[in-house]
Amino acid sequence: MRRIGVFVCHCGTNIASTVDVKAVAETLGKEPAVVFSTDYPYMCSEAGQNIIKEAIKEYKLEGVVVCSCSPRMHEATFRKTVQAAGLNPYLLEVANIREQCSWIHKDKAEATAKAIVLGRAAIAKVQLNAPLIAGESPVVKRALVIGGGIAGIQTALDIADAGYEVDIVEKQPTIGGKMTQIDKTFPTLDCSSCILTPKMVDCAQNEKITIYSYSEVEAVTGFVGNFSVKIRRKARYVDETKCTGCGVCTEKCPVKNVPNEYNLGMNNRHAAYIPFAQAIPNVAVIDAAHCNKFKTGKCGLCEKLCSAGAINYNQQDTIVEEKYGAIVVATGYNPISVDKYDEFAYSQSKDVVTSLEFERILKADGPTEGHLQRMSDGKQPKTIVFVQCVGSRDTSGCGKEYCSKICCMYTAKHAMYCREKYPDTDVYVFYIDVRTPGKNYDEFYRRAVEQYGVHYIKGMVGKVSPKADGTLHVQASDLISNEQLHISADMVVLAAAIEPDKSARPLATMLTASMDTNDFFTEAHAKLRPVESPTAGVFLSGVCQGPKDIPETVAQAGAAASKVIGLLAKDKLSCNPCVAHSNETMCNGCSTCANVCPYGAITYEDKDFSRRKDGSMIRRVATVNEAVCQGCGACTVACPSGAMDLKGFSTGQIMAEVDAICK
Amino acid sequence: MQVNNEFKPKIVAFCCNWCSYAGADLAGTNRANYPADVKIIRVPCSCRVNPMFILRAFQRGADGVILCGCHPGDCHYTTGNYYARRRMTMLFSMLNYLGIEKERTRVEWVSAAEGAKFAATMNEFVETITKLGENKRLEDLRCKK
Repeated sequence: MRRIGVFVCHCGTNIASTVDVKAVAETLGKEPAVVFSTDYPYMCSEAGQNIIKEAIKEYKLEGVVVCSCSPRMHEATFRKTVQAAGLNPYLLEVANIREQCSWIHKDKAEATAKAIVLGRAAIAKVQLNAPLIAGESPVVKRALVIGGGIAGIQTALDIADAGYEVDIVEKQPTIGGKMTQIDKTFPTLDCSSCILTPKMVDCAQNEKITIYSYSEVEAVTGFVGNFSVKIRRKARYVDETKCTGCGVCTEKCPVKNVPNEYNLGMNNRHAAYIPFAQAIPNVAVIDAAHCNKFKTGKCGLCEKLCSAGAINYNQQDTIVEEKYGAIVVATGYNPISVDKYDEFAYSQSKDVVTSLEFERILKADGPTEGHLQRMSDGKQPKTIVFVQCVGSRDTSGCGKEYCSKICCMYTAKHAMYCREKYPDTDVYVFYIDVRTPGKNYDEFYRRAVEQYGVHYIKGMVGKVSPKADGTLHVQASDLISNEQLHISADMVVLAAAIEPDKSARPLATMLTASMDTNDFFTEAHAKLRPVESPTAGVFLSGVCQGPKDIPETVAQAGAAASKVIGLLAKDKLSCNPCVAHSNETMCNGCSTCANVCPYGAITYEDKDFSRRKDGSMIRRVATVNEAVCQGCGACTVACPSGAMDLKGFSTGQIMAEVDAICK
Repeated sequence: MQVNNEFKPKIVAFCCNWCSYAGADLAGTNRANYPADVKIIRVPCSCRVNPMFILRAFQRGADGVILCGCHPGDCHYTTGNYYARRRMTMLFSMLNYLGIEKERTRVEWVSAAEGAKFAATMNEFVETITKLGENKRLEDLRCKK
């Protein structure tokens, strides 16, 4: 029987207020194997860790049980502690008596009893813990950034700046993302394109950065330090290396009625097109779904006109396979479809627009060339109603429960813009709450109200009805004066909620990165590890993790880049030693384990078990590649002869826990 | 275990490290209550749970066993929870054949973000087991002191 030490943490009052920590330490101290047991207010503090270190030396401990917070929180901390005292770091078990005991139970006697049982289970397990030594695996010094919006661009630039190769995969024909569609940015009102396009150019010119535009990630295998990624480069029917971006094909293309995605379908583009003037790469794309050459076989005008000879109708999708040490997800967002909110008459009137559409109307390269006009008749609107929280903070099940965070600020920006450029315009904003935390944000909002005279009304718009004269009848309630309002508006702008891009969910599955119920990627720790995914080697940048504005996105992008740089700077990573291993004397080489292994970590080899030299006892047995095995344990249960076991979570260890709990 | 004539069930919950164990931690962080009768065993993946562990728990006097893993398609190891689902389907039908009420065993998918779901599932499971009463059929009396 091993000599075990038990250390019970109070966690201030987090544990001690519902668990009688003294009683736990005392009771566990009476367990046969336990030679030392104590409690301390903060085991994770330096003083607490010193208690563990000293006890290991003084009592010659061969196993340590810490009863504290979740092992997901401090297992690594305590492993380092025991290692510092000369004990193998895997001879440690953590009993989770905070998240899974003191925080969920109110009755002190019950919680104390449960803490004792959990402690006993950990003692029973640690008796059987094997001293494990972590192996090492090399790090591929190249990063992949998925998504080429401002988040991806900033991350890529920062990683490249540190001297590492970075690839950006962007599914659109150009990088830039949503920020290219925005006119001005709050709270400084500087031009979005003016601050973004230089960064796009930097990406294109940086020799460390490779841009795969019009491409998508198809498959991801491997693990931290050594991912293998297949990237599908969609056929754009234009040779990227030859095209000079002169734009002749896009001007002469006879198909002129394709809805322009860049302007959210508010005007049309040609079938051969460059998304916008500052696109990076500045290369044309032929939209095969609308091109006459592809539809009827007759046309080929662009091919005849292209002096660079870049047009190639026979181009096929190609697959690029590349290895990466780290992957950054920067897939961004989209506004939700507001079709479900038909009380706002979005589908009935062209003059009911979403905020992003309004942004396009305001921007100089938009459908109205930056003039504030109604999309129906081109007249300048005199009364504009902004509706906040369309689909945000919506608990009805129809929209999103979360706050989209950016709408309050961009609406203040839009309202201010209207009043500044067109002072004779009446602007109403209907809101639930105005949320403007952030540097200079509240000042910005107050300027909209006080200086620009925007009418902010607390209340929701109930109905928008298009009238025969082209106006929109807005029926709303003013919650403060408690009266119904009827406004005859020329334009209604809906602040649609934002949601993660649709490509995020399948990507999360490929990366085995977890997501929350809203399809935002989950961070490894909400406070302490905000830019890392729980999956090692996968990092998060921008709105894919949660709603953010541009400054926050850029900050997070830089943080993700610094984490990636920290990873790529290492030559070797220590592997998880909790991997499967096969007992060769029991293995009968049936291949069942190899069939269930998702990583292909199991191979077979013929081994000689005879002591004679003629090799008459050669058997086929399984061997686990420890660098490839991720330690899921699927093989251990599949093995019919019980030869496979998982280090750190062995059958014996789990059985011992079961026994201790059921005792 | 019968204390003051009030039946307190013994419940073992196997939780995968990546989703459900984190979900249970989140339940704690959110202070979502569920009965202390539930004791969690951390496993790397739901596919690490050998049907033998569940039989052992019943043999040693557990009144209910629940296995929690990542939602189908979200497994950290890509396919582990599918194996778990198939294995448990087989085991549960065998247990049913042995006369163990099928309500005593359960597989639930709880993601790392579903603290509330974890607590709700445990509350409901404990209630079900409390109604069913003690598991006597598979308990090995030799294990009882």
